[in-house]
Amino acid sequence: MANPVKFLTRTRGNGLGGLHWTDWLSYFYLFCGVLLMFLPVIWLGFSSFKTEADLLRFPPRLLPMAQETIVVDGYDDPLPLYRIKGGEHEGKTLAQIRRIGIIAQMVDPAVPDERLKINIKEREPIESFRLATENYTELFEKFNFGRYLWNSVFITATATIIMLIVNSMAAFALSKYQFKGRTVVLALVIGTLMIPQTVVLVPLFLISKELYLTDSLWGVIIPGAATPTGVFLLRQYMLTIPDEILDAARMDKASEWKIFWRIILPLSAPAIAVLAILAIMWRWNDFLWPLIVLSDSNNFTLQLALNAFQGDLNTQWSNLLAMTMLVLLPIAIVFAFLQKYIATGIASTGGK
Amino acid sequence: MSHLVLSNVRKSYGAADVIKGVDLSIEQGEFCVFVGPSGCGKSTLLRMISGLEPITGGTISIGGQVVNNIPAADRGLAMVFQSYALYPHMSVRENLSFGLENVRTPKPEIEKKVGEVATMLQISELLDRKPKDLSGGQRQRVAIGRAVVREPSIFLFDEPLSNLDAELRVDMRGEISALHKRLGNTMIYVTHDQVEAMTMADKIAVLRLGLVEQYGAPLEIYNNPANMFIAGFIGSPKMNFLTGEVTGVTAGKISFQPTDGKAIKLDAKRFDVKAGDKVTIGFRPNHLTVGTKAKSDIVVKVRNTEQLGGESFIYTFAADGTPVTIHLNGQTSIEADKDVGIILDQNEFHLFDTNSGVTLKK
Repeated sequence: MANPVKFLTRTRGNGLGGLHWTDWLSYFYLFCGVLLMFLPVIWLGFSSFKTEADLLRFPPRLLPMAQETIVVDGYDDPLPLYRIKGGEHEGKTLAQIRRIGIIAQMVDPAVPDERLKINIKEREPIESFRLATENYTELFEKFNFGRYLWNSVFITATATIIMLIVNSMAAFALSKYQFKGRTVVLALVIGTLMIPQTVVLVPLFLISKELYLTDSLWGVIIPGAATPTGVFLLRQYMLTIPDEILDAARMDKASEWKIFWRIILPLSAPAIAVLAILAIMWRWNDFLWPLIVLSDSNNFTLQLALNAFQGDLNTQWSNLLAMTMLVLLPIAIVFAFLQKYIATGIASTGGK
Repeated sequence: MSHLVLSNVRKSYGAADVIKGVDLSIEQGEFCVFVGPSGCGKSTLLRMISGLEPITGGTISIGGQVVNNIPAADRGLAMVFQSYALYPHMSVRENLSFGLENVRTPKPEIEKKVGEVATMLQISELLDRKPKDLSGGQRQRVAIGRAVVREPSIFLFDEPLSNLDAELRVDMRGEISALHKRLGNTMIYVTHDQVEAMTMADKIAVLRLGLVEQYGAPLEIYNNPANMFIAGFIGSPKMNFLTGEVTGVTAGKISFQPTDGKAIKLDAKRFDVKAGDKVTIGFRPNHLTVGTKAKSDIVVKVRNTEQLGGESFIYTFAADGTPVTIHLNGQTSIEADKDVGIILDQNEFHLFDTNSGVTLKK
């Protein structure tokens, strides 16, 4: 994949003799797939840069547009600009001071003292492409975005690290040691996979409450630290690491801890990367459990803060969309960095 | 001192006895080969010596010290595995130095030792490569290097050459022997290949079903096999066997009547037999001469011949259907489906008790 363009435009027979009908078919199919998956994201991206007024406009437009404004002498605020398309001032560009019914009071920016009365049907707003970056800046100014971001990052990072350590150690023991009751433990771990999260929600909350974990970030981190999926996934991968390598390390005077740290963990890197991506996604997107455990808005995660934008009477769509965009970004970046480990697949075993 | 003594060593997995009481004494500096068919317990025995496999009974002592409860790492042994078991994520250099790091050897010393071993095994230019970028033979050298660099008292080899192609195997055989001469350490080598055993060993222990059937120098075992199993296992091609009965003994000569075919007169002063004994005669393919049908001991029917130019193998059946292999030097004009007569070498045959398989040699 040295040349992505070449890779992405491959055709049957490498384009010799034009496009085959299967080329059309596959590209049409792929294009539909791309639209299906990316259109909502693209719409979100554009919309997050629209002003509140533009968002509510009907019919909606794809690109974020905003009316041009001008600062006129004698007026404190910038005034919106209109092009006049009828009547005695036709062809002029005027700024609107205020609107009363169907009559607009306007002013020529060149002659600020003179007030003109224009029928609203005779004017047309001058609009241009403009990104409403204030949607984003307001998040930091009006809302405690930094706080929510920190909460989310802290929960995601800590929970993922704890989870990887706990799960890989459990998987190591379950895959590489022979001990009494190993199958029972494994059966229990897999058994918990069958129980839906919603069933244990109430008992989990009661336990968290007894342990004084409610309304604290640790209350979100600790209950999710050990996942049966993670243990099972890592165990299955570790089973493929030959025992002879462990024996060789034992002959090399490595302690069991060192074997885990220096041999098992590096060799399980592809599986750990997969689990890390899953864990980050689970924690970052987690909504229900934080909603139950956290009550003080200072402890809110981004997902909870997003929810808080949606009031009973009023929803601040422009900020909500901007925030949604910011919430999506980290997970996309993480995926971009870790996805190559998934593709790396199975490490060479060093055997024959 | 690394005089290794096994006394009545046993291993069982539940009800299954894998090693049924092995007694062995391996002297300092000896190259000892455990050989036997697959499933005979030779690898298990090696792992028990290494300490990777706990023993069920008996004692293992190294240099006079009982090591039953000493973990593998502290026995001062090094092992080369069948699959090499190199650490795939580490470079060759890291593979070699891992063991030394674990015993907290100072960095400069590690570098010096790794350098020396790499030069000795001709892997110096591979030090920065990963195992997956090495050929089979190179991996094998690295695996041996990893054992050598730790300067163990005893080397354990678990079928180290079985993953190599035939030509490389011959080369590595020579190199391991040379390494043994240079280092002078005790080496224990497990293989199912009797050629490796014959060519490399000072002493061979032939194992079968968890027991040592015979222990001795290669030629001693070849010349005086203790029973039919060893006689058939050591030596290539296999020894020929013909069952029958002793019909008479006169002045050291016996008359041997095979199950089918004519009686054979044999000089059996070396053996303890009497008339009426059910015996099996064993003779190696190269201790035969082809004669005329009238003046021969056994008449056999040729199935096919293999002419290798310098030597020839003739695969035949005796009258009772037992396969008999003949090994001749040079080329032969014998054709398939013909009957030929063979004459035994009166000094080079063995007699075994047919029921117990034990040699009847005095």
